[in-house]
Order: sequence, then C-alpha cells, then structure tokens
Amino acid sequence: MAGLEALDLARFQFAFTVSFHILFPAFSIGLASYLMILEGLWLRTGREVYHNLYRFWVRIFAVAFGLGVVSGVVMAYQFGTNWSGFAERAGDITGVLLTYEVLTAFFLEAGFLGIMLFGEDRVGKRLHFFATCMVAIGTLISMTWILMSNSWMQTPAGYEIVDGRFEPANWLAIMFNPSFPYRIVHMGLAAFISVGFVVGGVGGYHLLRNRRDEAARKMFSMAMWAIVVALPLQIMAGDMHGLNTLEHQPAKVAAMEGHWENEPGSAGMPLVLFGMPDMDSASNRFEITVPHASSLILTHSWNGQIEGLKQWPRDEWPDVPLVFWTFRIMVGLGMLMLGVGLLGLFLRWRGRLYDSAWFHRAMMFATPVGFIALLAGWITTEAGRQPWVVYGMLRTTDAVSSLHAGSLWASLVGFLLVYAIIFGIGIYYMVRLVRAEPMAQEPHGGPGEERQPKRPMSGADEAFEEQN
Amino acid sequence: MTIDLPLIWYFLIGFAVAMYVVMDGFSLGVGILYPFFRDDAHRDVMMNTTSPVWDGNQTWMILGGAGLYGAFPLAYATFLPALYLPLILMLLSLIFRGIAFEFRFKSTRSRKWFDLAFSGGSMVATFSQGMVLGGIINGLNVENRSFAGGPFDWFSPFALFIGVALIIGYALLGASWLIMKTEGSLQRRCYQLARPLTILMVLCTLIVGVWTPLDNSRVAERWFTFPNILWFSPVPVLVVLLAWSIWDGVTHSHERRLFFKVLGLFFLGLSGLVISFFPLIIPPDVTMWDAASSRASQLFLLIGYAVLIPIILAYTGYSYYVFRGKVREGEGYY
Repeated sequence: MAGLEALDLARFQFAFTVSFHILFPAFSIGLASYLMILEGLWLRTGREVYHNLYRFWVRIFAVAFGLGVVSGVVMAYQFGTNWSGFAERAGDITGVLLTYEVLTAFFLEAGFLGIMLFGEDRVGKRLHFFATCMVAIGTLISMTWILMSNSWMQTPAGYEIVDGRFEPANWLAIMFNPSFPYRIVHMGLAAFISVGFVVGGVGGYHLLRNRRDEAARKMFSMAMWAIVVALPLQIMAGDMHGLNTLEHQPAKVAAMEGHWENEPGSAGMPLVLFGMPDMDSASNRFEITVPHASSLILTHSWNGQIEGLKQWPRDEWPDVPLVFWTFRIMVGLGMLMLGVGLLGLFLRWRGRLYDSAWFHRAMMFATPVGFIALLAGWITTEAGRQPWVVYGMLRTTDAVSSLHAGSLWASLVGFLLVYAIIFGIGIYYMVRLVRAEPMAQEPHGGPGEERQPKRPMSGADEAFEEQN
Repeated sequence: MTIDLPLIWYFLIGFAVAMYVVMDGFSLGVGILYPFFRDDAHRDVMMNTTSPVWDGNQTWMILGGAGLYGAFPLAYATFLPALYLPLILMLLSLIFRGIAFEFRFKSTRSRKWFDLAFSGGSMVATFSQGMVLGGIINGLNVENRSFAGGPFDWFSPFALFIGVALIIGYALLGASWLIMKTEGSLQRRCYQLARPLTILMVLCTLIVGVWTPLDNSRVAERWFTFPNILWFSPVPVLVVLLAWSIWDGVTHSHERRLFFKVLGLFFLGLSGLVISFFPLIIPPDVTMWDAASSRASQLFLLIGYAVLIPIILAYTGYSYYVFRGKVREGEGYY
C-alpha cells in the first residue's frame, strides 16, 4: 500500500507542476503569433492602433514568458526526481528531445527575444518584425520538441530495446511518430484559442470602460474572428486526433466514451452524454445516451463498434471516471466556445458587436475558458495513457522513482505554497498590466542594460503596487 | 578510431557545471551578503551589479541538468531521486530568488519581503547545492541501474559541512565581485568582510581536504599513492598561494584582481573533484561509460550543443562587456 501511495503522490505532484507550467508556454505560443499578426498589420497598413496593441500585449508576453521560464526550470528536473525509471530507460530518446527544447528556448532568449522586447528603437522596422516572427516561430518549435517527446510516449516508434532500455534506431521515426502530427495541430490550435479568449476578455473589459476605445474595439474584433475561425478547425482536428487515438490507443478511447463492452447485434454504439462510470461493476450509472452517435463519430458508420474496456485485462485500464469526465469538460467547453464564436459573428452581422455590454461582460468572464479546456484535454490524454508511461511498453509503476511518501508530501506542499505565492504575484501583476489603457509605450533596453532578454519580465515596468 | 563520446560529454557537462558555479556563485553570494548591509541604497546597488546577468547565469544549470538527462540518463535518474529533498529545496529557493529580482524594484511597500526572498533564497539555495555536492562525494547506492537508498542517504555531517562551506565560499566570491563593481562605503565594507571570509574559506578547504580521504578510502587511496600524489600535490600548494595572494590583495586594495583569484580557488576545488573521482560519474562505482546513453543519442545531442554553446558564450560575453564598469547609487539597471 505504501508503494501505491508514493506512486499516486508522485503522479499528483508531477501533474500539479506540469499543469501549472503548460499554461504559460501555451499563452506565449498563442500570444507570440498574435503579436506577429499585429506588427505585420501595422507595417502593412501603417495604422497606429496596431502598434498600440502590439506595445500593450508585448509587456504581458514578457511577464508570461518569464513565468514560463521559472516553472520550466522545475520541469527539467521533474522527470528525474519523480520518474527515474523512465528517465533511465527512455532518456536516450526523451532526454535528447527535451534538451533540444531547452537549447531552442535559450537560443531565442539569446537572440531574437531581446530585439523583440527592447530593440524597437534600435533596429529597423523590418528587422524588428523579423525578430517577432522568429520568436513566434521559435515558440512553435519549442512546442514541437516537447510534443514529439510526449507523442513518442503515447505512440512509441523508431526505437530498439537494448538491455531493457529504449535506444534510438531512427530519429525521424521517433520525431514523427504516429500521433505527433495530430497532437501538434490540436495543441497549437488550443494555444491560439486560449489566447483568443484572453484577448477577447481583455478587449471586453476595456469596451465596458469605454466602447469608443479604438484599441479595445480592434482587439475584441480580432479575438472574435480568431475564435470563430479556430473553433471549427479545432473540432475537426480533435475528431481526427480521436480517430488516431482509436487506432493506436483503443483502451483510452473506450475510457473516454465510458464504453465497457460491445453490444451484441446491430444496436450500434450509443454516445454516453452523462453517466457515472463505475470501474468495479464495469458499467455506467445514471447514464443518458444518444443511440448510434458514438458509432457515427468514431467509425463514421451507423452500427460500427469499437472494442470495450472489458477486452483488456483489468490492470490495463486507465482511471475511467477521470478520463471520461475530463474529456466531457473539454468537449463541452469546446462546444460552448463555438457557440460564443457564432454569437459574436451574429452580433457583428447585426452591427452590435461593440454595443452589447452583456456580451462584453460574458467574454470577460470567459477569459480562462480556453485554458480550462486545454488542461482538461491534457488530463484526458495523459491519464488515458495509464497504466503506461511509454504506451504498451513501460508501466508507470516501473517508471516511478523509489521515493518515500514523506519526501513527496514535503515537496508537494512546498510546490503548492511556493507556486501559490509566486504565481499569485505574477498573475496579480499581469492583471495590473491588462487593466492599463492600451497605448504605445516606448521600449528601451538591450544586452547588459537595465532591461534585457535574459530577464524577460523586465519588459514590463508597471509599478507592483497601486500608486496612491 | 572512434571518438570517445562519453568523455566529450563528461567534460561538456563538467564545463556547464563550472560555468554555473563561476557565474551564479557570485550572484548567490551577493544575496548571502545582504544581511550585512542595512542601507537600502547599498542593497539597490548590490542587486544592480548582478541583475542584468543572473538569469543568463542560471542557463548553465539547466543546460547541465538537461544535458545529463540526454547524455547520462543513469546519472540523471540516480542523482535526482537520491538527492530529492535538497534539490527540491534548491529549486524552490531559486524560484523565490528569481521573483525577488524581478519585483523588488517594481515595489515600495512590499520591498522588505522581496529583500527577504532574495537573501533567504540565495542562502538556502547555496546550502542545498553544498549538501547535494556532499551527498555525491559520499557516494550513492546504485543497484540494477537505479538508486537503491533512502530519502536521507545524502544527509551526513560531511554534507552539512559542505553546505556551510559553500555559503562561505560564495559569500567571498560575492564580496570580491562587489569590490570590483562598486566604490565608496559599500566597497569598503566588502573589503572588511573579505578578510574573515578568506580565513574561513581556507579553513573550510583544509577541513574538507582532511575529512574527504578519512571518510572515503578510495579517494585516500587515489590521493596518497605514487605517482598520483605528484599530480595532486600542486593543488594544496596553489590553494595556499592563492589564499595568501587574496589576503595581500585586500591589504593593497586590488579591486579587479581579487575576484579572479577567488574564482581560481573555486577552479582548484573543482579540479580537485575531477582528480579524485575521474572517470566516475556517480561515486563510488558508476563510471561515465556505464551511465552514458547510446552513441546515437549522444551524437545527435552533440550537434545541438556544438551550434548553441558558442552562440550562448558569445552572447554572454557581450552582455558582460556592455555591462562592464562600476555601478553607482541611483544608477538604475532595473
């Protein structure tokens, strides 16, 4: 029992630090691309509103990037502290991919981030735009390395087993493993959508203060376009990702669907809208179903069947209620976000987009919704991979470090406290930044100067406390 | 002939660790010295001497850590769970410290809290690093390619002592850095602190030099056999010479050379470690060849390092160059 408890604690502690971390890179990825679009539009049209918005959001980008670096340092150590069995056996592959991510991030900090944050008055407009583009592309490359590593754990390929360890046989097969293309599209869109809702929420806030504010109108409008374009794409990508998962990790899909066993005959697979999956009785209690809907979604046919959980031994099941529910949260929020996007389109068509205070308020409250869906989706895919750490090859029980529950408790409490304080401060400060009037702020700084890229947070100079 | 990749990686990661100690050591030292300076203006200047570069300094720690994961997975998978508690403590304190750097200058009323986070974080991080080092020197129990010990295996009076010694060492490094970067009353105070710190540091080196072979028969064997003793004997002689020269430098106010002499002391300590343990990567038994990842992994990773390390070095050098010279009161770098 003590062993199991330590495993659960190791998982929970890791889940906590990685969930916290993912929010900041996701934010940086989406925001960097938004900044690239803003600056591109500014150069093309010469309209000052784009420049103001760029200056407004680049400060927030600086702080988010800084917080991501802080929480990322912890991640570089967590694979070894909590999952030494995994690090030792799969480090030849995942350690290399992770190190390349670190190198990419440092390369960015060393070069283009500095020009982007502080170089506006030192280099030409075109070179500055080039730097912004490189940072945006760089965040995407960083994401690529991490998702290669994660996808390889989900759908391992290109390796050979030597003395019980995974050794690289074909780097291209490792990097472009079967689930990677789906995962990167799904995650990339999720980052864009999350930032779309943040920009929309901030735009809504400023519209509530002053609906004539040109910058607020512009950002709100751009966010609503992004949301209504990205959501349908994301739903398509999610569907394709699901089919890919069905092919490579059918037990995960069975858990997502709460699908225990195939119905005899040709009733088709119903879609479980609601239910309480019970692993002991291998059934759903209180279920509400839509006949044939799962068959349609997963097999694109009326009576198609997929394998039910009972076809696998009990010790190869993931935690069904967790996977089932987080999946529903993600999909439910996805539908909600699509609805919001369509509503925005409708209001725009009626010429009321900037005059509907209720909608601005609703968007303000919806600010975190993209991030919540993103986290729920990650829990679905990661918890759904269980009990494997490398799918079908290495069990999580064999990957965990031989840590004592006491050590894990201590570190868990430590991380909870420190993250609450540190990120409380960081987020408090970011909220202060987004509440400021969107207007141009002149950048200064560079290597060795007061503000420079090794300290991305120095890109913002708002006072920490309210000034009275 | 094939290239000995693990050997290359051994020195690459050793280089990253050395760069980290050299570069973050003085900035941790500045935090450790905070309690000796009550004046808020002095504290401003102290932080200003290091704030433009500290974040880049920590780059090396991550490069070392991530490189270890890819190049020596067994070492990564042993050190981290074996040294779990001090390492987590170090990470948490470095986070506090990092946030203090960013927010101290942006704040007024909450400044005293950021001061505390900065100096407390520096001290605890240093102490943890010392205990990690002490734990590794003491040796870790590896069976079947994984750590087979308990959560407090690293804990020993020796490890605690190394923790204290490192605090003293970084404090001296910080004091000599401040002597180079500041002037006036702040600089005078640092000269005053440098003398007792030098004495303490030499004392610590002496104690470590006696304690390590007493505790560790393999190290004793390596040190005191012929011809190894010939290789090793210059180290203590150089330590004594350098310490004398630092003492002399304080007397004659050599403001620039002091820092590099203290760095020399650290370099000697590091080379002592390599002499004592090469080619071991996890004392007492695991060599770098045992712990290495496959050739394909090390080769692939080497390409990335070969491209990036020169760029990072060039950028770092440029940052220090731009930032050269004295920092004065009211001259903000925040």
